[in-house]
Amino acid sequence: MEHAEGQQHPIGIYLKIWGWLFVLSTASYLVDYFDVEGYLRWSLILLFMVLKAGLIVSIFMHMFWERLALVYAILVPPLLVLVFVGIAWFEADYTFLTRVTFFREGIWGM
Amino acid sequence: MAQPALTATGDSATRPEGWQGIAADWSSDQRAFKNVPWGKAMIWIFLLSDTFIFSIFLLSYMTVRTSTTVPWPDPSEIFALSIGGERLPLILIAIMTFILISSSGTMAMAVNFGYRHNRSKTAVLLLLTAVLGATFVGMQAFEWTKLIVDDGVRPWGNPFGAAQFGSTFFMITGFHGTHVTIGVIFLIVIARKVWRGDFDNNRRGFFTSRKSHYEAVEIMGLYWHFVDLVWVFIFALFYLW
Repeated sequence: MEHAEGQQHPIGIYLKIWGWLFVLSTASYLVDYFDVEGYLRWSLILLFMVLKAGLIVSIFMHMFWERLALVYAILVPPLLVLVFVGIAWFEADYTFLTRVTFFREGIWGM
Repeated sequence: MAQPALTATGDSATRPEGWQGIAADWSSDQRAFKNVPWGKAMIWIFLLSDTFIFSIFLLSYMTVRTSTTVPWPDPSEIFALSIGGERLPLILIAIMTFILISSSGTMAMAVNFGYRHNRSKTAVLLLLTAVLGATFVGMQAFEWTKLIVDDGVRPWGNPFGAAQFGSTFFMITGFHGTHVTIGVIFLIVIARKVWRGDFDNNRRGFFTSRKSHYEAVEIMGLYWHFVDLVWVFIFALFYLW
């Protein structure tokens, strides 16, 4: 029985994930090394970040094998942070606009 | 055992009242997380709360970086090092990333050997994880020293650009480094317990006075992987963005 005592899986799967994390980290480092700019840079960074996070949570932290009651209890609440990100970005963008409009660029750096 | 919870059983008179009653009722046999030990459910809930803390740090970083009219300093240049005469961008952070990922790998294997009751391998892998974690903190100390002493970066200003760079950098990486440091200490504690055979001999913990099992290694692992997980987000959003 799988859950007779905790999470038991073949060692090989951890080594494989370890390898993939190295590959993905190298890939995200190369984005910086080759000075990829603009939307391509941001989407690549986010893609590699999400893939790495997914591998760590699902395999290293065993979420892939847990019951859904636990998985949803832990993974759904952080999704609400994305709403917060949206609100904060909208507000920060507005702050930037007012600063540019009323104080002119550069004055904060003086 | 295994009696279903019933309503209106009329046994409230036999149960404790007041604060003890609250504790007794909440700790009775209602279980949402069926096949995980309570310690594992609790560490997950702790990690969830920690997720919110780091989220808020990264959110405030996003807010100040988006709203400043002063150019943001280029981390690629600031964290570059010259190795063998060649200037490599962000290389220190890249090495730190690989070290932390490797420590996650050894940790995952330690959990695995723990459940197989292989004491020596588990303890060695835990100690290896602790060494890698300590190396990470050491490199971070080097990074901070370079930034503070050589470059003159302060929480309230720096020579490269937007002043908020320093405050968010010290806050975010400092809080993460604190997590790694606490993790290293706990790794050594758990490694000692495994080595001594506490989880096989039902020896009680010096602090909790409870018997523990090899799930303690997995709980340690969940914390450690979380520290690695947070670094994935810091690496992407702070250093690479």
